[in-house]
Amino acid sequence: MDKIRALIVDDSSVMRKIIERSLRQAGVEIEKVVEASNGAEGLAALRENVVGIILCDINMPVMDGLEFVRQAATVENAKGVPIVMITTEGSESHVVQALQAGARGYIRKPFTPDQVKEHVLPLLERKP
Amino acid sequence: MSTDTSFATRSREEDWLPVLELAVEEVFEIMVGCRVKPVAPDEHKPRGGFTAMVGLAGALCGIMTICCEAQTAHKIAKSMLGETADTEGQVADALGEICNMITGNFKNKLTGADNRCMLSVPTVISGGEYNLYSLADGNFMETVMLFEGAPVAVRLQLNS
Repeated sequence: MDKIRALIVDDSSVMRKIIERSLRQAGVEIEKVVEASNGAEGLAALRENVVGIILCDINMPVMDGLEFVRQAATVENAKGVPIVMITTEGSESHVVQALQAGARGYIRKPFTPDQVKEHVLPLLERKP
Repeated sequence: MSTDTSFATRSREEDWLPVLELAVEEVFEIMVGCRVKPVAPDEHKPRGGFTAMVGLAGALCGIMTICCEAQTAHKIAKSMLGETADTEGQVADALGEICNMITGNFKNKLTGADNRCMLSVPTVISGGEYNLYSLADGNFMETVMLFEGAPVAVRLQLNS
Protein backbone atom coordinates (compact mmCIF):
# COMPACT_ATOMS: atom_id res chain seq x y z
CA MET A 1 0.00 0.00 0.00
CA ASP A 2 1.39 3.43 -0.98
CA LYS A 3 1.84 6.16 1.58
CA ILE A 4 -1.22 8.37 1.75
CA ARG A 5 -2.26 11.74 3.06
CA ALA A 6 -5.05 11.71 5.64
CA LEU A 7 -7.46 14.51 6.51
CA ILE A 8 -8.67 14.36 10.11
CA VAL A 9 -11.58 16.64 11.00
CA ASP A 10 -12.33 16.85 14.72
CA ASP A 11 -12.72 19.79 17.10
CA SER A 12 -10.53 18.05 19.67
CA SER A 13 -6.79 18.24 18.99
CA VAL A 14 -6.27 15.34 21.40
CA MET A 15 -8.71 13.22 19.43
CA ARG A 16 -7.00 14.13 16.15
CA LYS A 17 -3.73 12.82 17.59
CA ILE A 18 -5.40 9.63 18.82
CA ILE A 19 -7.00 9.03 15.42
CA GLU A 20 -3.64 9.57 13.68
CA ARG A 21 -1.97 7.13 16.09
CA SER A 22 -4.75 4.58 15.51
CA LEU A 23 -4.30 4.88 11.74
CA ARG A 24 -0.59 4.20 12.08
CA GLN A 25 -1.28 1.28 14.46
CA ALA A 26 -3.71 -0.08 11.88
CA GLY A 27 -0.84 -0.28 9.44
CA VAL A 28 -1.78 2.70 7.29
CA GLU A 29 1.37 4.24 5.79
CA ILE A 30 0.89 7.96 6.25
CA GLU A 31 2.84 10.54 4.31
CA LYS A 32 1.16 13.54 5.92
CA VAL A 33 -1.79 14.32 8.17
CA VAL A 34 -3.87 17.39 7.41
CA GLU A 35 -5.88 18.56 10.41
CA ALA A 36 -9.07 20.60 10.63
CA SER A 37 -11.12 21.50 13.69
CA ASN A 38 -14.54 21.77 12.02
CA GLY A 39 -16.30 21.04 8.76
CA ALA A 40 -15.64 24.46 7.21
CA GLU A 41 -11.90 24.14 7.88
CA GLY A 42 -12.08 20.62 6.51
CA LEU A 43 -13.56 21.83 3.22
CA ALA A 44 -10.90 24.54 2.95
CA ALA A 45 -8.19 21.95 3.60
CA LEU A 46 -9.68 19.65 0.96
CA ARG A 47 -9.54 22.40 -1.67
CA GLU A 48 -5.81 22.80 -1.04
CA ASN A 49 -4.75 19.20 -0.44
CA VAL A 50 -5.10 15.87 -2.20
CA VAL A 51 -5.78 13.20 0.42
CA GLY A 52 -6.40 9.46 0.33
CA ILE A 53 -8.69 9.10 3.35
CA ILE A 54 -10.87 11.42 5.43
CA LEU A 55 -11.83 10.77 9.04
CA CYS A 56 -14.47 13.08 10.43
CA ASP A 57 -16.33 13.75 13.68
CA ILE A 58 -20.02 14.75 13.64
CA ASN A 59 -20.57 17.13 16.57
CA MET A 60 -18.38 20.16 15.84
CA PRO A 61 -18.85 23.92 16.01
CA VAL A 62 -19.19 26.09 12.87
CA MET A 63 -20.01 23.18 10.54
CA ASP A 64 -20.87 19.67 11.69
CA GLY A 65 -19.58 16.49 10.14
CA LEU A 66 -22.75 15.56 8.28
CA GLU A 67 -22.81 18.91 6.48
CA PHE A 68 -19.10 18.54 5.76
CA VAL A 69 -19.73 15.19 4.06
CA ARG A 70 -22.58 16.63 1.99
CA GLN A 71 -20.49 19.61 0.83
CA ALA A 72 -17.34 17.55 0.29
CA ALA A 73 -19.15 15.82 -2.57
CA THR A 74 -18.80 19.06 -4.55
CA VAL A 75 -15.05 19.41 -3.96
CA GLU A 76 -12.93 18.04 -6.79
CA ASN A 77 -10.18 16.75 -4.48
CA ALA A 78 -12.73 14.70 -2.51
CA LYS A 79 -14.04 12.72 -5.49
CA GLY A 80 -13.53 9.02 -4.79
CA VAL A 81 -11.89 9.65 -1.42
CA PRO A 82 -13.45 7.46 1.29
CA ILE A 83 -14.86 9.30 4.31
CA VAL A 84 -15.16 7.51 7.66
CA MET A 85 -17.11 9.10 10.48
CA ILE A 86 -15.63 8.78 14.00
CA THR A 87 -18.16 10.06 16.51
CA THR A 88 -19.92 9.66 19.83
CA GLU A 89 -23.24 9.80 17.98
CA GLY A 90 -24.21 6.16 17.82
CA SER A 91 -27.82 6.30 16.70
CA GLU A 92 -29.09 4.46 13.66
CA SER A 93 -30.43 7.73 12.24
CA HIS A 94 -26.97 9.31 12.38
CA VAL A 95 -25.45 6.28 10.67
CA VAL A 96 -28.09 6.38 7.94
CA GLN A 97 -27.69 10.15 7.46
CA ALA A 98 -23.91 9.82 7.24
CA LEU A 99 -24.04 6.96 4.73
CA GLN A 100 -26.69 8.74 2.65
CA ALA A 101 -24.52 11.86 2.62
CA GLY A 102 -21.64 9.85 1.21
CA ALA A 103 -19.65 8.45 4.15
CA ARG A 104 -18.26 4.97 3.57
CA GLY A 105 -17.67 3.96 7.17
CA TYR A 106 -18.84 4.71 10.71
CA ILE A 107 -16.90 4.23 13.94
CA ARG A 108 -18.40 4.97 17.34
CA LYS A 109 -16.30 6.57 20.08
CA PRO A 110 -14.84 5.14 22.24
CA PHE A 111 -12.98 3.10 19.64
CA THR A 112 -10.03 0.73 19.52
CA PRO A 113 -7.22 0.72 16.94
CA ASP A 114 -8.63 -2.63 15.76
CA GLN A 115 -11.92 -0.95 14.86
CA VAL A 116 -10.04 1.67 12.85
CA LYS A 117 -8.16 -1.12 11.08
CA GLU A 118 -11.38 -3.01 10.39
CA HIS A 119 -13.17 -0.01 8.89
CA VAL A 120 -10.36 1.87 7.15
CA LEU A 121 -8.05 -0.74 5.61
CA PRO A 122 -10.67 -2.33 3.32
CA LEU A 123 -11.52 1.11 1.93
CA LEU A 124 -7.88 1.81 1.10
CA GLU A 125 -7.31 -1.62 -0.41
CA ARG A 126 -10.37 -1.21 -2.66
CA LYS A 127 -9.06 2.02 -4.12
CA PRO A 128 -8.02 1.83 -7.80
CA MET B 1 -36.27 -0.98 28.24
CA SER B 2 -39.40 0.34 26.57
CA THR B 3 -39.29 3.38 24.30
CA ASP B 4 -42.83 4.66 24.78
CA THR B 5 -42.36 5.98 28.30
CA SER B 6 -41.01 9.52 28.67
CA PHE B 7 -37.38 9.72 29.62
CA ALA B 8 -38.15 11.98 32.54
CA THR B 9 -40.37 9.24 33.97
CA ARG B 10 -37.95 6.50 33.10
CA SER B 11 -35.08 8.32 34.78
CA ARG B 12 -37.07 8.27 38.02
CA GLU B 13 -38.32 4.70 37.71
CA GLU B 14 -35.25 2.94 36.34
CA ASP B 15 -31.86 2.69 37.98
CA TRP B 16 -29.54 4.24 35.43
CA LEU B 17 -26.51 4.41 37.72
CA PRO B 18 -25.13 1.01 36.59
CA VAL B 19 -25.52 2.17 32.98
CA LEU B 20 -23.57 5.34 33.75
CA GLU B 21 -20.89 3.37 35.59
CA LEU B 22 -20.51 0.99 32.65
CA ALA B 23 -20.27 3.91 30.23
CA VAL B 24 -17.47 5.46 32.32
CA GLU B 25 -15.60 2.17 32.75
CA GLU B 26 -15.66 1.47 29.00
CA VAL B 27 -14.38 4.92 28.05
CA PHE B 28 -11.50 4.75 30.52
CA GLU B 29 -10.54 1.21 29.53
CA ILE B 30 -10.62 1.86 25.77
CA MET B 31 -9.41 5.46 25.49
CA VAL B 32 -7.27 5.93 28.60
CA GLY B 33 -6.00 2.36 28.86
CA CYS B 34 -6.92 2.05 32.52
CA ARG B 35 -9.54 0.04 34.38
CA VAL B 36 -11.54 2.07 36.85
CA LYS B 37 -14.14 0.90 39.34
CA PRO B 38 -16.73 2.82 41.35
CA VAL B 39 -16.00 3.68 44.96
CA ALA B 40 -18.13 5.24 47.69
CA PRO B 41 -18.72 8.87 46.58
CA ASP B 42 -18.95 10.15 50.15
CA GLU B 43 -15.44 8.91 50.94
CA HIS B 44 -13.74 10.12 47.75
CA LYS B 45 -14.52 13.68 46.78
CA PRO B 46 -12.20 15.27 44.24
CA ARG B 47 -11.21 18.81 45.07
CA GLY B 48 -11.96 20.71 41.90
CA GLY B 49 -9.18 21.28 39.41
CA PHE B 50 -10.83 20.58 36.10
CA THR B 51 -14.52 20.17 35.36
CA ALA B 52 -15.74 19.19 31.89
CA MET B 53 -19.40 19.32 30.94
CA VAL B 54 -21.57 18.27 28.04
CA GLY B 55 -25.21 19.28 27.66
CA LEU B 56 -27.98 16.95 26.56
CA ALA B 57 -31.06 18.22 24.76
CA GLY B 58 -34.14 16.51 23.37
CA ALA B 59 -35.75 13.42 24.85
CA LEU B 60 -33.04 13.36 27.49
CA CYS B 61 -32.32 16.83 28.80
CA GLY B 62 -29.65 17.81 31.30
CA ILE B 63 -25.93 18.05 31.85
CA MET B 64 -23.11 15.54 32.31
CA THR B 65 -20.04 16.67 34.24
CA ILE B 66 -16.73 15.04 35.06
CA CYS B 67 -14.55 16.55 37.76
CA CYS B 68 -11.06 15.72 38.98
CA GLU B 69 -7.99 17.37 40.43
CA ALA B 70 -5.54 19.08 38.09
CA GLN B 71 -2.84 16.46 38.56
CA THR B 72 -5.34 13.71 37.72
CA ALA B 73 -6.49 15.57 34.61
CA HIS B 74 -2.86 15.85 33.46
CA LYS B 75 -2.36 12.10 34.01
CA ILE B 76 -5.54 11.28 32.05
CA ALA B 77 -4.36 13.49 29.16
CA LYS B 78 -0.93 11.86 29.24
CA SER B 79 -2.45 8.38 29.16
CA MET B 80 -4.66 9.31 26.20
CA LEU B 81 -1.92 11.01 24.22
CA GLY B 82 0.89 8.65 25.14
CA GLU B 83 2.95 11.72 25.95
CA THR B 84 2.81 14.58 28.42
CA ALA B 85 0.25 17.21 27.55
CA ASP B 86 2.10 20.39 26.60
CA THR B 87 -0.48 22.92 27.67
CA GLU B 88 -3.43 23.33 30.01
CA GLY B 89 -5.53 23.63 26.86
CA GLN B 90 -4.58 20.09 25.85
CA VAL B 91 -5.51 18.81 29.31
CA ALA B 92 -8.88 20.56 29.06
CA ASP B 93 -9.35 19.20 25.56
CA ALA B 94 -8.66 15.64 26.75
CA LEU B 95 -11.04 15.86 29.71
CA GLY B 96 -13.73 17.45 27.52
CA GLU B 97 -13.42 14.61 25.06
CA ILE B 98 -13.66 12.04 27.87
CA CYS B 99 -16.87 13.73 29.05
CA ASN B 100 -18.17 13.76 25.47
CA MET B 101 -17.51 10.05 25.02
CA ILE B 102 -19.02 9.11 28.39
CA THR B 103 -22.17 11.08 27.56
CA GLY B 104 -22.47 9.55 24.10
CA ASN B 105 -21.75 6.07 25.38
CA PHE B 106 -24.34 6.49 28.13
CA LYS B 107 -27.12 7.68 25.85
CA ASN B 108 -26.31 5.01 23.27
CA LYS B 109 -26.97 2.39 25.96
CA LEU B 110 -30.46 3.72 26.68
CA THR B 111 -32.87 2.24 24.19
CA GLY B 112 -34.65 5.01 22.34
CA ALA B 113 -32.48 7.83 23.64
CA ASP B 114 -29.79 7.66 21.00
CA ASN B 115 -32.08 8.84 18.18
CA ARG B 116 -33.83 11.57 20.10
CA CYS B 117 -31.12 13.25 22.11
CA MET B 118 -28.46 15.73 21.00
CA LEU B 119 -25.15 16.51 22.67
CA SER B 120 -23.42 19.86 22.95
CA VAL B 121 -19.73 20.30 22.33
CA PRO B 122 -17.83 20.08 25.65
CA THR B 123 -17.06 23.03 27.92
CA VAL B 124 -14.23 22.80 30.46
CA ILE B 125 -13.59 24.87 33.57
CA SER B 126 -10.18 24.91 35.22
CA GLY B 127 -9.87 25.90 38.86
CA GLY B 128 -11.99 24.90 41.78
CA GLU B 129 -13.48 28.13 43.05
CA TYR B 130 -16.83 28.14 41.32
CA ASN B 131 -20.43 27.12 41.83
CA LEU B 132 -22.31 25.33 39.08
CA TYR B 133 -26.00 26.10 38.77
CA SER B 134 -27.84 23.98 36.23
CA LEU B 135 -31.39 24.43 34.99
CA ALA B 136 -31.57 20.64 35.06
CA ASP B 137 -33.76 20.52 38.13
CA GLY B 138 -34.73 16.87 38.17
CA ASN B 139 -32.96 13.89 39.63
CA PHE B 140 -29.26 13.29 39.42
CA MET B 141 -26.89 10.38 39.67
CA GLU B 142 -23.22 10.41 40.52
CA THR B 143 -20.42 7.91 40.45
CA VAL B 144 -16.87 8.31 41.64
CA MET B 145 -14.10 6.20 40.13
CA LEU B 146 -10.50 5.93 41.22
CA PHE B 147 -7.97 6.66 38.49
CA GLU B 148 -4.46 5.79 39.70
CA GLY B 149 -5.78 6.20 43.23
CA ALA B 150 -7.29 9.64 42.65
CA PRO B 151 -11.04 10.30 42.52
CA VAL B 152 -12.84 11.21 39.30
CA ALA B 153 -16.48 12.21 39.83
CA VAL B 154 -19.01 11.81 37.02
CA ARG B 155 -22.42 13.35 37.57
CA LEU B 156 -25.55 13.42 35.43
CA GLN B 157 -28.24 15.97 36.25
CA LEU B 158 -31.53 15.63 34.41
CA ASN B 159 -34.51 17.88 33.83
CA SER B 160 -37.66 16.61 35.46
